[in-house]
Amino acid sequence: MFKFKHEALETNTGLLLVATMMAISIGGLVEIAPLFLIEDTMEKVEGVRPYTPLEQMGRDIYIREGCYTCHSQMVRPFRDEQLRYGHYSLAAESKYDHPFQWGSKRTGPDLARLGGKYSNEWHVQHLIAPRSVVPESVMPNYPWLLETRLNYADIGARMRTLRTVGVPYSANQEEYERNVKDFGVELAAQFHIPNARESLVAQVRAGNYDGDPTSVSEMDALVAYLQVLGTMVDFSKIKPEELVKFR
Amino acid sequence: MAAVQTQVAQQYNYDIVKKFAVMSLVWAVVGMAVGVFIASQLAWPVLNFDIPYITFGRFRPVHTGAVIFGFGGSALFATSYYVVQRTCQTRLWAPGLATFTFWGWQAVIVLAALSYVMGYSQGREYAEMEWPIDLLILFVWVAYLAVFLGTLMNRRQPHIYVANWFYLAFILATALLHVFNNLAVPVGLFSMKSYSLFSGAQDAMTQWWYGHNAVGFFLTAAFLGMMYYFVPKQAGRPIYSYRLSIVHFWALSFMYMWVGTHHLHWTAIPDWSSTLGATFSIMLLLPSWGGMINGIMTLSGAWDKLRTDPIMRFMIVALSFYGMSTFEGPLMSLKDVNALSHYTDWTVGHVHSGALGWVAMISFGALYHMIPRLWNTRLYSEKLVNAHFWLATIGVLLYITAMWISGISQGLMWRAFDEYGNLQYSFVESVAAMHPFYAMRAIGGGFFLTGMLIMAYNAYMTIRQGVREARIAEARVGPVAA
Repeated sequence: MFKFKHEALETNTGLLLVATMMAISIGGLVEIAPLFLIEDTMEKVEGVRPYTPLEQMGRDIYIREGCYTCHSQMVRPFRDEQLRYGHYSLAAESKYDHPFQWGSKRTGPDLARLGGKYSNEWHVQHLIAPRSVVPESVMPNYPWLLETRLNYADIGARMRTLRTVGVPYSANQEEYERNVKDFGVELAAQFHIPNARESLVAQVRAGNYDGDPTSVSEMDALVAYLQVLGTMVDFSKIKPEELVKFR
Repeated sequence: MAAVQTQVAQQYNYDIVKKFAVMSLVWAVVGMAVGVFIASQLAWPVLNFDIPYITFGRFRPVHTGAVIFGFGGSALFATSYYVVQRTCQTRLWAPGLATFTFWGWQAVIVLAALSYVMGYSQGREYAEMEWPIDLLILFVWVAYLAVFLGTLMNRRQPHIYVANWFYLAFILATALLHVFNNLAVPVGLFSMKSYSLFSGAQDAMTQWWYGHNAVGFFLTAAFLGMMYYFVPKQAGRPIYSYRLSIVHFWALSFMYMWVGTHHLHWTAIPDWSSTLGATFSIMLLLPSWGGMINGIMTLSGAWDKLRTDPIMRFMIVALSFYGMSTFEGPLMSLKDVNALSHYTDWTVGHVHSGALGWVAMISFGALYHMIPRLWNTRLYSEKLVNAHFWLATIGVLLYITAMWISGISQGLMWRAFDEYGNLQYSFVESVAAMHPFYAMRAIGGGFFLTGMLIMAYNAYMTIRQGVREARIAEARVGPVAA
């Protein structure tokens, strides 16, 4: 009978390499690979949509400033979090998030359901000088967001890249019509890459996020993003028992 | 003695080890200073100075990058190149490639820090480097693997010593994690911006599979490699149990890769993967403590060294912190505990009891052991080592105590209800309550940093003394050497 001696591994670099590789590969394979195969990982929920060009630029600023180092975007299914933040987060709600921003630390509060809770004016004031509205806050001031014009020259390239990794922005007529069917005419127009710059400016004009509809500032983009967080799904239309099977 | 040492220096490639050892000290000072600074920003937000480049959000990855990859990484390169040569009794294979790993790795740390303050970040914890830097890391890492394997294959010993298994597992696992967690599509060839290939739940799983194993392999397995060489060397005794080290190695390598999902308890990932992560986290306690016992028991019969040898003290305290952190970790991975501890400062405290208590202290021990040998001299001052030891120990204790109190308070305040069933505290009340502990944490960090500065001074004086002695010796031998 074959008798295994650990010495075989200790005296052969190649064997040690292969055996170690096997030992460290199994865990990841078993845990991660199924998530890409099992359909249940992601609920199908009405309302979840890609970000508009302006919101996506805002999201990129959120990442640039490292907001995730202090804010999570993942409400857990506990009573206190339900009261404080709102309905617990669903996997589907971050399915267009490249990368995810669930975070790991709440030095500040969770932001997953921030959208619509405060006015645009509050957000602008709070971002410029947090302690002017929340005296105990330890958040840094971000005055440059209002002063810096948003550089959206590469918004088309950004959306094309996101399209490559699976976000349904449209690059041609056929994809545009699919989006009209899935998201409606207004949103489909915003998701159309050839129109990206015009859509972005139009949203700034209409939304007036930073208080000045004529300029396109970084503040416009970030506030537009913060105001959409957690608002895509209408939870009054979803029965809790439909979600249970995904937990 | 001197003659023997000179021969050793010629036998092995010490030049590359020296370079990494020095940079490890430099990055420790830089990274810890940034750490104390950002800790102070949380206590006194005015320290953000309204300057975009140094706000907490951009500076935090500078801190984590400089301490993990700069200090920890350079210490691992230095010790692995030292250990693999000495235990294989052969010179480092492909010295040119090894030199490339040095300059490449230093470039990675500098470029990463610069890119963060400029606002380029992937937004993934401990993997914030954007794609061009990720590619550079990949090249450096392949070169590192080649040098390490080449040296192993050239060994003059039939057996590969246990420390090298751990270093090898660390190099392999880091390569695997780095590649899969950084799969991203750049916006353009000349754009620093990229978007991750995965999104949402899958992206979260990939990131925390990386995130926890960066801890498991970069900050644990590799430093266990360090432990398996330097603790027996400094104690002057063989490792306590060879059999235990075999079990320790395979169990640790196999189990660590399963536990990343405990960072995602109660989030929007499937429940089974979260449960699996918790189960393996608890099982991991056994190999972790096996390793700790193996290290500490190596000193059995020479316990008096704890009284006389401050370097040994660093190593044993490091192992004690390792034991404590690897007990605390499984505890925090229990779903019920995690419901309280997640998102709070408790996690930050846990990371630092591991990073300062275990990783930094075992590195200090190894560097204090190695530096005089590299420069063929004695340590400039043992008294300063002792001062460093106490400053570091007090610093860690202040730090983790502050974070325990603030973390558990946060968790309890967030979930507290009043008699009418309403939330008892607003979020910002919990922020205000943390102020004294954030100040205490910054002070603890300050102690640790002061100790580090003393070490840097001690190392500088030791090296200067070594260089001077070498020059005198050379002058004595004169033309023969030339």
